Amino acid sequence: MVEIVATLYLGGVLRYDPAAPGDPERDRFILSKGHGAPGLYAVLAEAGYFEVADLATLRKLGSPLEGHPNMCRVAGVEASTGSLGQGLSIGIGHVLAGRIDKRDYRVYVMVGDGECEEGQVWEAAMFAGNHGLDKLTLIVDRNGYQQTAAVDEVQPLDPLDEKFRSFGFEVRSIDGHSLDEVADAFEWCRGVSGKPQAIIARTIKGKGVSLLEAKQGGWHGKPIPADEEAKALQEVGT
Amino acid sequence: MSFGIKHVDLPDGPATREAFGDALAELGSDERICVVDGDVNNSTFTNRFMERYPDRSFNAGIAEANMVGIAAGLAAAGKIPVAASFSTFLLSNAFDQIRMSVAFPNLNVKLVGSHAGISIGEDGPSQMAIEDVALACALPGFTVIVPADGVSAAAATRAMIERDGPTFLRCGRPKVPVIYQEGADFHLGKANVVREGDDVTVIANGIMVSMALDAAAALAKEGVSVRVLDMHTVKPVDVAAIERAANETKGIVVAEEHLAYGGLGATVAMVVGERRPTRMAFVDVGDTYATSGTPEELLVQYGLTPQAVADAARRVLKD
Repeated sequence: MVEIVATLYLGGVLRYDPAAPGDPERDRFILSKGHGAPGLYAVLAEAGYFEVADLATLRKLGSPLEGHPNMCRVAGVEASTGSLGQGLSIGIGHVLAGRIDKRDYRVYVMVGDGECEEGQVWEAAMFAGNHGLDKLTLIVDRNGYQQTAAVDEVQPLDPLDEKFRSFGFEVRSIDGHSLDEVADAFEWCRGVSGKPQAIIARTIKGKGVSLLEAKQGGWHGKPIPADEEAKALQEVGT
Repeated sequence: MSFGIKHVDLPDGPATREAFGDALAELGSDERICVVDGDVNNSTFTNRFMERYPDRSFNAGIAEANMVGIAAGLAAAGKIPVAASFSTFLLSNAFDQIRMSVAFPNLNVKLVGSHAGISIGEDGPSQMAIEDVALACALPGFTVIVPADGVSAAAATRAMIERDGPTFLRCGRPKVPVIYQEGADFHLGKANVVREGDDVTVIANGIMVSMALDAAAALAKEGVSVRVLDMHTVKPVDVAAIERAANETKGIVVAEEHLAYGGLGATVAMVVGERRPTRMAFVDVGDTYATSGTPEELLVQYGLTPQAVADAARRVLKD
């Protein structure tokens, strides 16, 4: 997911100003899959919302960087999430407010693929499609795994593209690790008129770290062991 | 404040849901106000706003979770969204969305539940919100209002919009007696003394306020002086009024159209237990679901009557 969020904030897609996080004209990104908070925090820090050094306080008592995003404590976090399925509805509210006020900001919402098992995602998709909310982009982080098993084992979603199409979305499937494909997809979104867009981004959990890539679905919510940290950081070029 | 009401022949007034709908429509020139309704706008009476302000009105369909989420997004973008449905579908169906998307981020969403309580009648228990006050009171930062008549429901609607923060307004289906004159004082978190008395206090809200006034009239004939408090705001509750009642009268009866657990009775008992323990009795739906019947039949069957309130007061005074 980090390539996608980084492209949004650091690749010139979102209009935002860390000095004015409440600017009514800003574009919004909502991380509905709140468990991706570390990825969001890393990008928000790079974007200038807080110091990169603060990332070390993640999940520690007193830190605003809680285990899941808390919009009341972290500037730049657009929605408090962590109970799955809720972000797309919140994004719709932002889009409707923009429509009422005749503002032209865009709203991007990222959900997990396992999260699409939540009924609220489809209530929201139905509403967004039926209302032709073309300022709304849904990104599905299609990494194929949820807490206990592969999504295909728990609740297969395919054909996911056809599902969203039938709910009134324009859909594009991409390699979520290709910065070019991600940037192209966001450019494509801006050209879509009269319909919300869904970008289904196929991803690999732990991409770039051989230890994590080797055991897909085996690292849900688990940190890298201390003795593997140096190698992992080296592999991602840090 | 006492209105000197001849409670035994209170004139009929509008349902609280209708008074809410009219008050909301009147407030509609405030362009921050939006309505998101769960396809029951001709029952919640948000249709009176929606017809006048279609650009700020949305029918979310029969999808309360999405409806509450949309309201949260609208609030985060600076709007004052009113999300309305039958109270049970709003609070029970969408509780996690209310918790996560509204209460936790403390967003300025106004939840309005109509058709609360057993007095909806024939539609039966699936449609009756009798857990809704407990659910709403459990949420940090929430203000919870249960108005007794049309005048106070309209005042509550105005106060709800004025207040910055998440709020639940609970309305009923049937027409209810008029208790207040137009322009009567209404302040969130401050109980109204609708009848002065010094033997026993009845603390009530919703339809039970008029019942309490009837009970007080009956007890007056027995020489018992009953104070009646309209505790329209369950949260934050009027601690001072409860403490005064505990100090100045011999006991407290709490009457509400809700389950026994987690509502006004539990809230008042918490205050009494900490501040000034006194004898108490409770008039409510108990720990059970109701059934179908006319509103009047159900209120009798489940013990929500002036007689039940009077009996509870006699029990308190006897001990």
